[in-house]
Amino acid sequence: MSVAVQNITKSFGAFPALYDVSLEVKTGELLALLGPSGSGKTTLLRIIAGLELPDSGLVSFAGEDVTDKSAYERKAGFVFQHYALFQHMNVFENIAFGLRVLPRRKRPNREAVTKRVGDLLQLIQLEGYEKRLPSQLSGGQRQRVALARALAIEPRVLLLDEPFGALDAKVRKDLRKWLRHFHERTHLTSLFVTHDQDEAFELADRVVVFNQGRIQQIGSPDDLRKNPQNDFVREFLEV
Amino acid sequence: MKRATTDHWLVRYLLIGVVLAFIVVFLAFPVFVILYEALKLGLQFYFSTLGEHQSRSAVRMTLLVALTVVPVNTLFGVCAAWAVTHFQFKGKALLISLIEIPLWVSPVIGGLVFALIFGRQGWLGPWLDDHGIQVMFAFPGIVLGTAFVTFPFVARGLIPLMQSQGSAEEQAALTLGANGWQLFWRVSFPKIKWGVLYGMILCNARAMGEFGAVSILAGTVDDKMTMPLQVEQYYLSMDQGLSKAFALASVLLLLSAVTLVVKIALEWRHLVPSARRLH
Ligand SMILES: Nc1ncnc2c1ncn2[C@@H]1O[C@H](COP(=O)(O)OP(=O)(O)OP(=O)(O)O)[C@@H](O)[C@H]1O
Ligand SMILES: [Mg+2]
Repeated sequence: MSVAVQNITKSFGAFPALYDVSLEVKTGELLALLGPSGSGKTTLLRIIAGLELPDSGLVSFAGEDVTDKSAYERKAGFVFQHYALFQHMNVFENIAFGLRVLPRRKRPNREAVTKRVGDLLQLIQLEGYEKRLPSQLSGGQRQRVALARALAIEPRVLLLDEPFGALDAKVRKDLRKWLRHFHERTHLTSLFVTHDQDEAFELADRVVVFNQGRIQQIGSPDDLRKNPQNDFVREFLEV
Repeated sequence: MKRATTDHWLVRYLLIGVVLAFIVVFLAFPVFVILYEALKLGLQFYFSTLGEHQSRSAVRMTLLVALTVVPVNTLFGVCAAWAVTHFQFKGKALLISLIEIPLWVSPVIGGLVFALIFGRQGWLGPWLDDHGIQVMFAFPGIVLGTAFVTFPFVARGLIPLMQSQGSAEEQAALTLGANGWQLFWRVSFPKIKWGVLYGMILCNARAMGEFGAVSILAGTVDDKMTMPLQVEQYYLSMDQGLSKAFALASVLLLLSAVTLVVKIALEWRHLVPSARRLH
């Protein structure tokens, strides 16, 4: 499913966080949103997920306007910058949450839930950790649980907010590889935020360079390196 | 220098001594007096006092009032704390201050305000009279006064708790498709349930002991007196009134003790798992 935003503007009080932002994540694409801290990356992601309302502009999923739909109707898979795992639920319950809150007629039965969670645990390589609480996991493990939780509802789009931001270099590299691999297998339309250029270039099909709430340039990693369109992009990418 | 200011044995014993003296004078001694006076005329007198119509009606009234006020204020407190921590709106700081008003004003003033509104000469008095609704000197009035005095208790504890927790988990639940109801019961409530229970216990303790506001709204109508009012009534009466007053007061004391035990058990339960996790 493709995701598009058109002419999104958003201010917090007098502070303009996003200004006339338009972009499209094509079906099956892995798009990176690259920009310095405070440039509005999280805000844009939250607007796409429906956690924040834009002042003006449109959000559409697969060509359908969802601007007026709430977050729980959109059900975009969202992996938060700081995980936001449910602290009082164990790993199993965290991952199963999205299935348990489905309307009754769509809710899978016990065996199906166990099966689905088991598959996801295998996917994130955390089998045997079902009973642990989030506080008993390492940062990298929490991150993977957050990912599994988002994937459990089979979202049509995956939004990742600095998914590897708080992790050390080694774990970061591993997870990065893992995500690339996962995407090659599933081709789930994904948008991920980062302020790490290497990460963006290694993972993404296309990269959106962002600064002060405005899109500076959109292109493939090669494209950006060869033809930076303005001084900011040139300096930020150090080419 | 450090030794002299922080470690000196004299300072230590002096401070501990002061605290102990306060506890003895203000807590232990009164408790002893209540029990002593209550039982001075013997167990038979004690139980016959408690069996008297007035005593039984007062106990019933107090429990009934607490049973009404605590749920109402819990609902209010959770709603208020939720609104204040999850929504942005103008006058939020003012609202938080308003919630605390009953802590700042004398309960008697609260009682008087309600009397002014619902009393015979009050704003709504004539209308209520015409419709045969009795608020003053009746159960609704007592509930109003008690609710007024106790309504900050749940909200006040919850607001800082919920503010410190933030709403990240709620937002995650939303993106996973949870509706408002599921969001509250599955995500928000488990995070605050001990805080809610703690607030309920405080609210309950205060509700059962309330005197000022209720004394104005209930007056001295028989059958419409709570335990603190009846204690005073006995106290003012002739005919071994003092012993009767203390007998009933001992029941109030017992209820407080139960509340205290529940509170300590709760704190213990609440603290121990996290302490265990640290090791
Ligand atoms: N709820 C809010 N109220 C006020 N200002 C906000 C709010 N959320 C974000 N902002 C402001 O909007 C700007 C963009 O914030 P945003 O979180 O989108 O940045 P970001 O690009 O994700 O940064 P980082 O890389 O540090 O996470 C920042 O200057 C921030 O201070
Ligand atoms: Mg951010």
